[in-house]
Amino acid sequence: MKKLLPLYEVFVRSSRGLDHKHVGSLHAEDPAQALEYARDCYARRSEGVSIWVVKSSNIVSSQEDDAESFYDPLDDKPYRHATHYVLPDPVNNM
Amino acid sequence: MTNSNNDLIDYVTGLGDDSLILGQRIAEWCSKAPFLEEDLALTNVALDFLGRAQMFYNYAAELHNADLGTDKSVDRITADDIAYLRDAREYKNTLIHELPIGDFAYTMARQFLIDSFGVQFMTELVKSSDKTVSGIAAKAIKECRYHLRRSNDWVLRLGDGTQESHERIQTAFNQLWGYTSELFEMTASETALLTVNISVDTTVLRDAWLKQVSDTLKQATLELPKDEWQINGGRAGIHTEHLGQVLSELQYLQRAYPGLSW
Repeated sequence: MKKLLPLYEVFVRSSRGLDHKHVGSLHAEDPAQALEYARDCYARRSEGVSIWVVKSSNIVSSQEDDAESFYDPLDDKPYRHATHYVLPDPVNNM
Repeated sequence: MTNSNNDLIDYVTGLGDDSLILGQRIAEWCSKAPFLEEDLALTNVALDFLGRAQMFYNYAAELHNADLGTDKSVDRITADDIAYLRDAREYKNTLIHELPIGDFAYTMARQFLIDSFGVQFMTELVKSSDKTVSGIAAKAIKECRYHLRRSNDWVLRLGDGTQESHERIQTAFNQLWGYTSELFEMTASETALLTVNISVDTTVLRDAWLKQVSDTLKQATLELPKDEWQINGGRAGIHTEHLGQVLSELQYLQRAYPGLSW
């Protein structure tokens, strides 16, 4: 197979007021074409009102190897959760 | 048949034929496009044309049936009858719509020529005094704009791409050029409908169309083909040999198994 076109990640916002959600990826020559293909591949059943495309290589992501240093230290800090605190009775429905 | 709506039936049937035949042609790319994303995009476009054909044919059938009045001795027709049970001579699409898909450059060159025309045409057809026709045009114009955005893009990419892509799309434009004049010709029905503001006077659309096509071709480093020859006949039912081949595939099931349904 010939050289693949660059990969783009597609984000679609399904209705006003909601966030863009990652829906998948596609190959395209450039951002303009990626946006058109995103429309044809991911919004053809009226899934969205707005589309973002981002070149996959421009995304900086955390690595599996980072898990220990990234996330484990947070396990012993329950005071960062609201549920850690005992509320006085008069404060209902927090 | 004494038909008060003959001109209008001719008109919407012809427009439906343009859409159906081109939609069927583009659909030939399904599973064969250069890559997956383009495959989906092309078949989306094909479906837009099929949907448009259905709307025009529904209206043609409605007009036809209305003219039958209370006469119970004649069967009512449907859009499916119009699509599946007519022979080539009864199809009134202009010839450019029926030509084989060729290579990808040829397909996109034809789309570009037709889409640029389609945007101009539908922009005018929206103003039709016939509410149904105007409604179909209002839906079609949005599709046309998107189709043009895509095909315009591809003309630029291929024209200003590699030497091979440049040659292929230039060849395509040269081969297609003589078929474009038919888009701007008026049939007797179209001219008659013009007096009641139902149809579009396509003869006045050519200048704006030519400017748009010239601009894009120039930007794509392509040459505008010369007006060396012209061919027409589609609206009169005189077709190229290719239409019969399209219809044989399109109509095969209904012809082999009449009345078959899903």
